[in-house]
Amino acid sequence: MARGRWLGIALPGLPQLLRGKWLEGGVALSLWVGLLAVMLARFDRIVEAIQGGVDGRVAVLTLLLVLVGVWVWSWGSVREGRSEQEAGEGIKWGILPGGWAAFRSNRMALLGLGLAISFYLAMVLTPLIAPFDPLSMPAFEEAGDMRLRLAPPSAVHLLGTDQYSRDVLSRILYGARISLTIGFLAVAISVTLGTFLGAVAGYWGGLVDSVIMRVLDMFMAFPSIVLLIAIVALFEPSIFLVIAALAFTQWPFTARIVRGEILALREREFAEAARALGFSRARLLLRHLLPNAMPSVVVVATLGIGNAIVLEAGLSFLGLGVRSATPSWGTMVDQGRAYLLDAWWVVTFPGLAIVLAVMAFNLLGDGLRDAMDPRQGTRVDP
Amino acid sequence: MLVYAARRVLTSVPLVLGVATIVFLVLALAPGDPASVYVRPGMSPETLEHIRRNLGLDAPAHVQYGRWVLSFFRGDFGYSLASGMPVRARILAVLPNTLILTSVSLCIAFVTGVLVGVVQAVRQHSFLDSVLSGASLFFYSMPSFWLAIMMVLVFSVNAGNAWGWPVSFPPSGMASDGYELMKATDQLRDRIHHLVLPAFTLALVLAGGIARYVRSSMLEVIRQDYIRTARAKGLPEWLVVWKHALRNALIPVVTLVGVYFPLLLSGTVFIEYVFAWPGMGRLMVESILLEDYPVVLAGTFLFGGMVVLGNLLADLLYGIVDPRIRHGEG
Repeated sequence: MARGRWLGIALPGLPQLLRGKWLEGGVALSLWVGLLAVMLARFDRIVEAIQGGVDGRVAVLTLLLVLVGVWVWSWGSVREGRSEQEAGEGIKWGILPGGWAAFRSNRMALLGLGLAISFYLAMVLTPLIAPFDPLSMPAFEEAGDMRLRLAPPSAVHLLGTDQYSRDVLSRILYGARISLTIGFLAVAISVTLGTFLGAVAGYWGGLVDSVIMRVLDMFMAFPSIVLLIAIVALFEPSIFLVIAALAFTQWPFTARIVRGEILALREREFAEAARALGFSRARLLLRHLLPNAMPSVVVVATLGIGNAIVLEAGLSFLGLGVRSATPSWGTMVDQGRAYLLDAWWVVTFPGLAIVLAVMAFNLLGDGLRDAMDPRQGTRVDP
Repeated sequence: MLVYAARRVLTSVPLVLGVATIVFLVLALAPGDPASVYVRPGMSPETLEHIRRNLGLDAPAHVQYGRWVLSFFRGDFGYSLASGMPVRARILAVLPNTLILTSVSLCIAFVTGVLVGVVQAVRQHSFLDSVLSGASLFFYSMPSFWLAIMMVLVFSVNAGNAWGWPVSFPPSGMASDGYELMKATDQLRDRIHHLVLPAFTLALVLAGGIARYVRSSMLEVIRQDYIRTARAKGLPEWLVVWKHALRNALIPVVTLVGVYFPLLLSGTVFIEYVFAWPGMGRLMVESILLEDYPVVLAGTFLFGGMVVLGNLLADLLYGIVDPRIRHGEG
């Protein structure tokens, strides 16, 4: 096995592949090769990025960190031939009672995790990997070729160009930043708010519970998009408004689930024991009940990101979203709609990006739920 | 059953009140003076004050709130800023179109979803199961507006022309030119022809989720003892699946009608907008673009009200199908 170990210096992941750990090895090897290829092919961009703004520096830093991380992991995991014993134990994640092993065995969930990580990685690395400047319009420059407008997918423009001859793939990559960032931030806020209110309602009960639950019912009576439209239309549109409005309309979904969990958990023996030991209410809630409710929160949050991405895309599609130089995916679909007859690619690919991103989070969320829930099967709890 | 129904109806009333409250709060928190839309150049401050008094904006907040809720419950939503028509008239003109679209879609979605879910459960872990699961997830994760555009691209832009398919469907509207001059049967055919794309688009988005739910519900039922008994009796498999198992598996699915109501109505907003179907959703979006806030707020309230009503109907239906529910609560 020593032979395999030395291979890992040049090609991390290969030793793992040789030992039959196809998943870890394959991911590590493809990350290593792929990112090195980016480094070599885009060396000029990297130099440019380091001298340029924050975007570029973050991208370069991420690229290096991932490369170093992959190498260190690969080296460490084959050291002293530990890998066989460790493979059985796997990673012990607090949020995964079923363990990494249960999650790993779910191929769809792994696919989701891989897709989600790739989306975020691509988002950060965009300044290095985007084939073109998303704003450049070669057809309108001096001696520009008008045939570059609405050009179908080709080897140069993998996903074609739009009506201003901008590269669709590059625009999708840059658009991911808005869509994914808004999805992530909105869910972070709504889940925090929802967890807090749900925990308070479930733990205190009585009047507090009734009031919170009635308010929650009222919010859930609205189709999310309708309330969102009304809010965004009445206020000044900005990225903060969109995030705030999403958080404002999505918190009940978390709150309802956390409340249910807390109600069940507070009757369990360990909660009884903590009460008998004379722990304060705050300690009982924060140290004993909430950590046990976390698995459900993680599932709701994961599924919520997908939902937030769709809602944000919908708002942008209706022209109520964030206005920025490189538009979000929803805006791109809206703008491409006018050219549907001549150029199907302008509207199809941004939409496909939305579907893939949302699918990634739905797969991941379902997988996490199955890994935590011993009962078989996937259930829908919108 | 009557007691259960009465209780359920009574709990819906405060919900509708709450829906109106949230709409009021959104309006009250929004920046700007509602009277500013009437401001014209050269208008004296006294005139503006007069307008504010006429609109009731000089009253304290709680009085405004009371009037607001009262007028909403009376069905008086004020006047549209864009057209000057009463908001109620505008909404009543388009509401039936939304109801046609949503009810047809809901039927298609449930039939498709149940069929797919049952087939998946019966053939669990088969290749077909995986393919259908993937398809369900694909449609479930799809923004409805994009699916709508794709449907137009395939079934109306390309089907009839480039690909030479025998059928193609109109991409927008709900009637062809000269609809009024057609015979009644042709009118019906024309209406259905226009309904196909929007209804199926809306249904597809929902059917994915329904299929996932029916599959797991069916899997739980199909493992039970009475199913084994039915098989042991020598009943044909199709009878066991479609009669004995499905009947019980469908009970929890009925509650889905309530859960899917908000999704259905969210979907109509986009579907009506893309297909230019003259319904509530399209009216909402158009009013926003015209900054016609009375229509937007009335629409928001009505959408909330429809969800409450839908949930109420689903719960009553659940009470009828499953006797345990009404006895447990009543």
